[in-house]
Amino acid sequence: MVGSFKPGSRLYDWFNDRLGLDELMAFAQHKTVPVHRHAFWYYWGGISLFCFLVQLFTGVLLLVYYRPGPEAHESVRQITYDIHFGWLIRSVHNWSANGFLLSVFVHMFSVYFMKAYQKPREFGWWSGMALLMLGLLFGFSGYLLPMDDLAFFATKVGLEIPNSVPAVGPTIASLFRGGPEVGEQTVQRFFALHAVVLPLLYLPLLFGHLWLVQKHGMSVPPSEEKVAPEKRKTIPFFPNFLLKDLAMWLIAMNVIALMASLFPWQMGKPADPLAPAPPGIHPEWYFMSPFQLLKIMGNLMPGALGEGVGMGLFTLGLALWCLIPLYDTKNATGRRARNATYFGLLALGIYLGTTIWGYIGL
Amino acid sequence: MSVELPVAEDEGESGLTRGSFVKVAIGGMCLGYAGIIGYPIYRYLNSPVEKSAALAAVSEVALKDADKLPKGSAMMFRFGTRPSMLIHHKDDTWVALDAVCTHLGCTVQYKPEEEKIVCACHGGKYDAKTGDNVSGPPPKPLTKFVTKMTPGMVVVTRA
Repeated sequence: MVGSFKPGSRLYDWFNDRLGLDELMAFAQHKTVPVHRHAFWYYWGGISLFCFLVQLFTGVLLLVYYRPGPEAHESVRQITYDIHFGWLIRSVHNWSANGFLLSVFVHMFSVYFMKAYQKPREFGWWSGMALLMLGLLFGFSGYLLPMDDLAFFATKVGLEIPNSVPAVGPTIASLFRGGPEVGEQTVQRFFALHAVVLPLLYLPLLFGHLWLVQKHGMSVPPSEEKVAPEKRKTIPFFPNFLLKDLAMWLIAMNVIALMASLFPWQMGKPADPLAPAPPGIHPEWYFMSPFQLLKIMGNLMPGALGEGVGMGLFTLGLALWCLIPLYDTKNATGRRARNATYFGLLALGIYLGTTIWGYIGL
Repeated sequence: MSVELPVAEDEGESGLTRGSFVKVAIGGMCLGYAGIIGYPIYRYLNSPVEKSAALAAVSEVALKDADKLPKGSAMMFRFGTRPSMLIHHKDDTWVALDAVCTHLGCTVQYKPEEEKIVCACHGGKYDAKTGDNVSGPPPKPLTKFVTKMTPGMVVVTRA
């Protein structure tokens, strides 16, 4: 393409002397990607990154017409029905958000089961968990912005979680709401959270996460570590794996485009605090598991106790999940390594099981 | 970034090698995607522009109660989307003009004491009866509309 822009050419040297392109190339080329039968899972971090980029791009486009505050619902109605292709941009933003969280979950579980959190990648795991939490907050805050009936009740119910924290809970929930009830003030501050605060927190963390991946290279799962090093196959990340990654991105883009056009995201009636909650109301799939867990606990133990126990268990499980690199270390004996795998299977089982149970129980 | 694909031996008269075919195919695909993604985004961003264009396509504006405008004064109105000006001169003549300065697009104002229309931005002046540019930087006269007096309103149409 750029025939004259090759290392050694005068043009390349001109830029290289000023921008240090050689160092960039060396950094890009130093990583290799192992080739083995589990290599398919290496793509999921890249797919989540792609979905995140789609979110940034379509999010900025929605900013062009979205108005938070009292006009929130009307402005989303205009985007969906009046503005050319507004329905498509909004639908892509929604479908890509779902694709983002789905691929993040696949990425997390594959990292877990391939034990990629072990030394020296502990901070990769922790930054990844922080990114997941921010991703869920993105989902929660973005869900309110159209200010339709579903959004209204989802936020109302969701804010019961910080509300149930002992002592400081009600204050935190009121600060999120900007008052005793979900309303204009809530949508205004959720918008600031969704479009400014969360991206500002997310982006540096994401760069740190990617830098760690580049620095430490791809982890090799234990099954592959048994193979003699000289028999292991790798390909360079740049450009070979990157091109494969791009091919995956192309597939992801086509899937998102197809879903967004065939199943355009719908919009409900304007939120009305006096209207009853619509029947069959339920959270998005990624919040279904905690929702169902709380429901089960509430049935086992009456009142606030069940909710408290459910929340406590969930928080405990999450804390253990985050701390796994400290328990299942590189030097851990076989028993610890097996326990970690069982814990992972249990967590995955509970997450999938309660999600499916939640949908059946609707 | 370039991928070195195995290049087949010379494939005869066509001169089309596998490498160049792949390059063209990938380039064409990229262009296709750019178009498919670019077109909706262009229409999305251009939406208000298209709406205003439809609004601007009017040929007549009826100004209710404008006939009560006192002599020696002017009122502003929108002709489609353009700021425009209706002047009731002291000699009882009526003039309607486009109120956008032909120099750099500021909105002009009527000065009854000078019988001129002036632009505050760069000091352009126009004749208040004909719209002709008389001094300052404006390169062209203001567009003059046709006014028709009817009971209870003034109807302004394109000349």
